Amino acid sequence: MSVTSVEPSGARPRRLSPSRFMIYAGLFVAAVYYLLPLYVMVVTSLKGMPEIRLGNIFSPPMEITFQPWVTAWDSACTGLYCEGLKVGFWNSMKILIPSVIVSIAIASVNGYALSNWKFKGSEVFFTILIIGSFIPYQVMLYPLVIIMRELGIFGTLTAIIVVHTIFGMPILTLLFRNYFAALPVELFKAARVDGAGFWQIFLQVLAPMSLPIFVVAVILQVTGIWNDFLFGVIFAGTENYPMTVQLNNIVNATQGVKEYNVNMAATILTGAVPLIIYFLSGRYFVRGIAAGAVKG
Amino acid sequence: MNKHNVSVSVQDLSLSFGTLTILKQLNLDIQEGEFLVLLGPSGCGKSTLLNCIAGLLDITEGRIFIKGKNVTWAEPKDRGIGMVFQSYALYPQMTVERNLSFGLRVSGMDKAEIDKRVARAADILQIQPLLHRKPGQLSGGQRQRVAIGRALVRNVDVFLFDEPLSNLDAQLRAELRVEIKKLHHSLGNTMIYVTHDQIEAMTLADRIAVMKGGVIQQLDAPHEIYNRPVNRFVAGFLGSPAMTFLDGTITAANGGPAVNINGTVVPLGRYGFAGAAPEAGRPVTLGVRPEHIAVGGASPEPEADRRHWVTDKVTLLEPTGADTIVWSELGGLPITVRVDAEKHFHVGEPFAYGLDLTRASLFDKASGDRL
Ligand SMILES: Nc1ncnc2c1ncn2[C@@H]1O[C@H](COP(=O)(O)OP(=O)(O)OP(=O)(O)O)[C@@H](O)[C@H]1O
Ligand SMILES: [Mg+2]
Repeated sequence: MSVTSVEPSGARPRRLSPSRFMIYAGLFVAAVYYLLPLYVMVVTSLKGMPEIRLGNIFSPPMEITFQPWVTAWDSACTGLYCEGLKVGFWNSMKILIPSVIVSIAIASVNGYALSNWKFKGSEVFFTILIIGSFIPYQVMLYPLVIIMRELGIFGTLTAIIVVHTIFGMPILTLLFRNYFAALPVELFKAARVDGAGFWQIFLQVLAPMSLPIFVVAVILQVTGIWNDFLFGVIFAGTENYPMTVQLNNIVNATQGVKEYNVNMAATILTGAVPLIIYFLSGRYFVRGIAAGAVKG
Repeated sequence: MNKHNVSVSVQDLSLSFGTLTILKQLNLDIQEGEFLVLLGPSGCGKSTLLNCIAGLLDITEGRIFIKGKNVTWAEPKDRGIGMVFQSYALYPQMTVERNLSFGLRVSGMDKAEIDKRVARAADILQIQPLLHRKPGQLSGGQRQRVAIGRALVRNVDVFLFDEPLSNLDAQLRAELRVEIKKLHHSLGNTMIYVTHDQIEAMTLADRIAVMKGGVIQQLDAPHEIYNRPVNRFVAGFLGSPAMTFLDGTITAANGGPAVNINGTVVPLGRYGFAGAAPEAGRPVTLGVRPEHIAVGGASPEPEADRRHWVTDKVTLLEPTGADTIVWSELGGLPITVRVDAEKHFHVGEPFAYGLDLTRASLFDKASGDRL
């Protein structure tokens, strides 16, 4: 004890205890580990090819150039065409927006019906749906291809939207069912006594108070669908290839020299959409997941 | 029973969840304008019965009539009922005004009529200043008023309350209890009110239905339930502090029946038997309410004679403020006596108390039924 020993009063002084220090050190290392590749990508994308050939991948650019970004977006070659990533970006958007809306619309109503309007066999139905989420994609690919072909929509936007909706259904339904099941059942009863029907209760009472879970669903679907490669290659058809597929084609294009700066820029561009979504709605995401975890 | 005056009639109602039977062959007729309280311990099926009447649960067997109409298969909204829940169940994203008008809006009523009804309900419940707030910005008492208002605007025949005051603190509960009673007086609607609070039951009810295990034990006016409980369960469930139960056997003393409690003989000459006096040797339970026992020895009041006086010792004192609960013994069994707090007693002192057998209850020990 030093001479400044005073009676404890007011806020407790905060000191960095050894265990805290270890935690922060660990977190710091983890952060560096995950951020380093991103750093390399960003600096490389801002360098010209001569500078890259010098070989020092960690050094910051001596001369910043945005040309690789423009090239990646506008004129990078995929082997066949040289129109850049923009084609893939718009294709991905055309796939993403309807898939997200349709899958969430259907799954939220499913979850609502399964938690509030139990019918004979609703538990069985739910169990089957959940088991469905454990079946590996690969098992279902070929049957789905045949189904799409028989429906005459194979290789079209419709096909890829249908596929994304189907594969999103189990997890989304589970998410919504648990969320609605955790809401006080009296609300539902009160609305029924008030005379509201199936849709009125859903649209006017339950959905408006379920914003967090809708945000979670949107994030899950946007990242999942945006990052999808496999379904895009198989079902969308060549002219509808999503951004991920185009990125692959650009990066793996065989002719000419490898333009690392363009590839890096293209990769960052492709990853930008999920990143932006996370930044904008991360708070809701954590809240929604937590709400589901505590109450579900 | 005059069919025209029956508001809600429940006939042979049974309800099971899978193999678990909650309500068994339940019959209940509620008169027009009556305030009926369903009282019983947790899990006895009070809410379940209320939900059946509301149409929120599909019943397994039986029929339900409201205002003479068979509503067994009718939707909740078509039954002419309004319901108030313990958790208020207000729509959190709607203002008070929109909460009140929700039922009217979904029924497609025109705006002017809706406004009129909302204004009237807000006026009756004194919640006009709250109309533009969200439920989250209201206190518990205000929320429950809004919940009552939601039933009020729909001009329903029957109000169903499921423990509406349980989430409120004691003072607010007492306040709202009085308001509900006033509301019943001014509206004259039929009200069915679930509670496990016996004060609420006693103060509000025209009749109380005491339930246990999905069966109505007794359906009677509050003072009947309190003074002439049909069985030991009802006797023990109502009253605070609880009725004292003394196990003994029937004997004959001085030509009349009496109950022998471990050697102490209490004559039953003044007790009003429900049927014939039981035969000697029958094991019985004598039930005496703490407030029906007099103290102070020979009293100048003439009816003191009708009491049976016992002298024992004070074993424990429980002061409650207005009264003091004195614990003593009768035939070695503990007995509680409620006395005025101004009278002073001390543990260990002799204690004389007089049992009023006209107000006592005698139960068959095996079945628990009133004798
Ligand atoms: N959906 C259900 N499935 C199975 N059992 C149920 C269901 N709902 C209620 N029960 C059971 O039915 C019984 C009666 O429940 P109920 O809610 O009617 O009791 P209560 O008298 O209202 O009790 P409390 O005073 O605690 O509200 C309880 O044993 C309960 O466990
Ligand atoms: Mg209940």
